[in-house]
Amino acid sequence: MDHIKGYQRANGEYGIRNHLLVIPTVICANQVCNRISQSVSGTVSIPHQHGCSQIGADKVRTFETLAGTGRNPNVGAVIIVSLGCEVINPHELAQSIGETGKPVEVIDIQEVGGSVKAIQKGIEIAKRLRAGLDQEPVVDVPISELRIGVKCGGSDATSGMASNPALGVASDILIAKGGTVVISETTEIIGAEHVMAARCSTPEVADKLYHFIERFEVEINRMGADMRGGNPSPGNIAGGLSTIEEKSLGCISKCGTSPLVGAFEYAEAVPGKGLYFMDSPGNDIECVSGMAASGVHLVCFTTGRGTPTGAAVIPVIKITGNERVFKSMNDNLDVDVSAMLNGTLGLNEAGEAIWQEIVEVADGKETKAEILGHQEFSINRIGPTL
Amino acid sequence: MAGEVVAGADALVVDEKDHVATALKDIAAGDTVHYRSKDQLVTVVALDPIPFGHKIALVDMEEGTHVKKYGEVIGRATIAIERGRHVHVHNVEGIRGRGDQSQEA
Repeated sequence: MDHIKGYQRANGEYGIRNHLLVIPTVICANQVCNRISQSVSGTVSIPHQHGCSQIGADKVRTFETLAGTGRNPNVGAVIIVSLGCEVINPHELAQSIGETGKPVEVIDIQEVGGSVKAIQKGIEIAKRLRAGLDQEPVVDVPISELRIGVKCGGSDATSGMASNPALGVASDILIAKGGTVVISETTEIIGAEHVMAARCSTPEVADKLYHFIERFEVEINRMGADMRGGNPSPGNIAGGLSTIEEKSLGCISKCGTSPLVGAFEYAEAVPGKGLYFMDSPGNDIECVSGMAASGVHLVCFTTGRGTPTGAAVIPVIKITGNERVFKSMNDNLDVDVSAMLNGTLGLNEAGEAIWQEIVEVADGKETKAEILGHQEFSINRIGPTL
Repeated sequence: MAGEVVAGADALVVDEKDHVATALKDIAAGDTVHYRSKDQLVTVVALDPIPFGHKIALVDMEEGTHVKKYGEVIGRATIAIERGRHVHVHNVEGIRGRGDQSQEA
């Protein structure tokens, strides 16, 4: 299938979902946003801990993550809820998101006079915007327009042996069809960066990759601690992973074998087509939220230990090579490739099965995380709270 | 980069340069473990219990050996490791991300 069903946005991009997004600019607006989204179906809010007492690059990162999430083509319209005195400026945010041509409205809690009035105003706006989105026509989307993120979390030894290499096959299929794949998790290429660097299309891309890793290692050295125990995590270690190097070498196969054509900062827009690297911590929610802000349509997420998390505006497909976990956490997991480990499922067959699931989910099939309402969101912080 | 699993194998060797194999089932101490190496079916007797997903040593390693899996270095042996032993955090340490050994610490 070379086309999927989706929605064409005013700027020419295509979405595979049609969300009405409610964004708090600051933690103080979270409850108002939650009440609005609870009252109008087909509405998602992204409560977070940030938006105030931030400066410099850290403030910019929070702004870009919120703006990018609003700009994601899976989002059709946006309501921004501001307290009125925070550092993230709601009107600048509305302008950045509005450049895509989608409707954006701002509610200021201090200006309208408290939570109840802000919630009431928000519900009225949400009902109107939702009615508009429900009129959006469904159109054919060329598969070459699809951008996916590849992520692993709650890894065990099966991740490196089965689910990641199988996802790599699916990544190669999408790249071959002209699509885009984003791999991330800077901490989880430590020890495997020479393998990734050898695949970079230019020396500049390799330099950028090494720069991202060096920046992380300087921070780890500043902490004066062994990364083991934090990453690999206690669960990774229980699953058989001994060091970050071993985890990284198992991780990188999930992006397949295509050349790495570019590398970009956390939450920046994906610059083009092909295989890209985005700087990010390995932390599941921060990484997937950064990918969503960069504009990916969905994330393929491998796990060995099992994890329930989804994302606010993009479907997350869970893939495992651990047979026991596929059975025990079946309500959270979409694709089982564990038969690779008893010799009855080949690597290419497993990759094809994942590719089929990608196409179906892009075409509208709900993932387990979507069915259960998992809408996790979190922003990577790089500065102190003032 | 991962090798494909042969039916009947108890452990997977990813690359022929590897010092370890990964257990495909829970292995008890004393069990004979079958694995494929350079197209030969080879056996090793486990000296420790090796849980599913954990590593077994395929060769004797001296302290300080750079232990290989995926054909790449995954860490350093902190003590001598005999063939058949469980290879994990008790006898291998990471070389990277070691802020605890940093000059700046």
